[in-house]
Amino acid sequence: MSTTSRRAWSFRQPSVIPGFGLTLGFTLAYFSLIILIPLVALAIRSAGLGFDGFWRAATDARVLGALRVSFVTALIAAAVNVVFGTLIAWVLVRYRFPGRRIFDAIIDLPFALPTAVAGIALTAIYAPNGAIGTLFAPLGWRIAYTPAGIVIAMIFIGLPFVVRTIQPILEEVSHEVEEASATLGANRFQTITQVIFPSLMPAILTGFALAFARAVGEYGSIIFIAGNIPFVSEIAPLLIYIRLQEFNYVGATVIATVMLMISFALLFAINLIQAWSRRRYGYGN
Amino acid sequence: MATKLRASVKRRRSPTSESRAVQWLLIAISVVFMAIILVLPLYAVFHEAFAKGVGTFMSSLSEPDAQAAIRLTLLVAAIAVPLNIVFGLAASWAIAKFEFKGKAFLITLIDLPFSVSPVISGLVYVLLFGAGSFLGPWLKSYGIEVLFALPGIVLATIFVTFPFVARELIPLMQDQGTGDEEAALSLGANGWQTFFRVTLPNIKWGLLYGVLLCNARAMGEFGAVAVVSGKIRGQTTTIPLQVEMLYNEYNSTAAFALASLLAMLALVTLVLKSALEWRFGEELAASAHE
Repeated sequence: MSTTSRRAWSFRQPSVIPGFGLTLGFTLAYFSLIILIPLVALAIRSAGLGFDGFWRAATDARVLGALRVSFVTALIAAAVNVVFGTLIAWVLVRYRFPGRRIFDAIIDLPFALPTAVAGIALTAIYAPNGAIGTLFAPLGWRIAYTPAGIVIAMIFIGLPFVVRTIQPILEEVSHEVEEASATLGANRFQTITQVIFPSLMPAILTGFALAFARAVGEYGSIIFIAGNIPFVSEIAPLLIYIRLQEFNYVGATVIATVMLMISFALLFAINLIQAWSRRRYGYGN
Repeated sequence: MATKLRASVKRRRSPTSESRAVQWLLIAISVVFMAIILVLPLYAVFHEAFAKGVGTFMSSLSEPDAQAAIRLTLLVAAIAVPLNIVFGLAASWAIAKFEFKGKAFLITLIDLPFSVSPVISGLVYVLLFGAGSFLGPWLKSYGIEVLFALPGIVLATIFVTFPFVARELIPLMQDQGTGDEEAALSLGANGWQTFFRVTLPNIKWGLLYGVLLCNARAMGEFGAVAVVSGKIRGQTTTIPLQVEMLYNEYNSTAAFALASLLAMLALVTLVLKSALEWRFGEELAASAHE
């Protein structure tokens, strides 16, 4: 007992404020019960398969197909979001126009609108008889029930991550640097591409990684519009769900483990980018 | 008149901004993109919900299964959100008011559920309480059902909404420091008095902001809940699950009617959130970044 209290003493700096033990104790207990133990249970199940068993299940053709669909569509959607998200952040921060505040508020819609609602709404719009689907139907292009539909849904849910990551950084970029650049003879295009963009780069990369990570794991807004054809438009989270419905817990666990490892690697990469950005530019998010 | 004048006397534009034409072009591209990607789906929900008139809309909502789904969704949020509020307050108190080892790591851990796919958030509870597990059959022998019942839905909802309150409060309370609390304590207040009369009034708008986002996600969660619910009609279907069922049965109008409730919730959340940002922008600034 005495050793734990002595260790607790050196573990934190002294303070007159009460409640450290209670609040940290509750925080750790709640975190362990809700997040840690369930994730560890998943890891144990996975480890129980042994390397060979895990490898065989992870390299199953349908699993690889689903992972490929998820990653390729998420990459395309994140790339589109980086382009338009950066443009939207720029327009919202730099320009004044009627309705700017409303558009600024509506950027967060994908955070607030439940994914299933977004899913059926997007399907209604992009189905061959929907508002946008009818425009493309005569050309023979189908959006809903193809991988293009998956990309559309991923663009919807990923957009705010890019805009909201870049916005605060863009507000901090000082005007003086731009003035200095202009007085040194740079034209506007050179100032933007060579002075402003480099300082936005960490935020753009972070936004890309966040949008990509969210898109890879997304389920609700995609399954309605995707068509869900194995090897073509079946995403990895859906395959986890299907395996569970078949009571194939091993199959579900393996796909989940692969996806989690990739997510955590992305999270780690995001932290690295931000640490680098803080060192390089003195701010990060 | 003014435009004519400007046309004749060619004004030099500021070297640190773009020409008006370029500005309007960029604004137009952005607005069109936002209108198609964000506004159109929102409009579509209400358009489809009322496609067959207000009467059909109302009768879809008064179906017994729809009513049960609404009640279940409210119940789940009423359990999950307060628990996450208590957690958020405890975590931000421990992290913002004290210096201890491993703090930065703890903050990263709190955000962890955001990097987990919703389906996996549900899956972990299936593995923990499902047929092949140790806990599930043991609890069942005491008559406690977790999976395909309320406890599982609540657990999955808590998992996905876990960080919302804490991540709003931690930067806010770190920004406010410990001066006010130390003053209160030195004047003789005890810990609880300090918390309720000093800290809580300081953070109330940030707390409300976090609760709004937490609640919106709790009521709208789909993937995680879909995995643990078992989708027993009228019993374990929340509103989003009921929407999916109706939609898959080609009962599109009823699906969109229920979905429009959630869309309204999203709109109210956005309006309140924006109002808080405009009114208390300075106070919330510390936690503004997503």
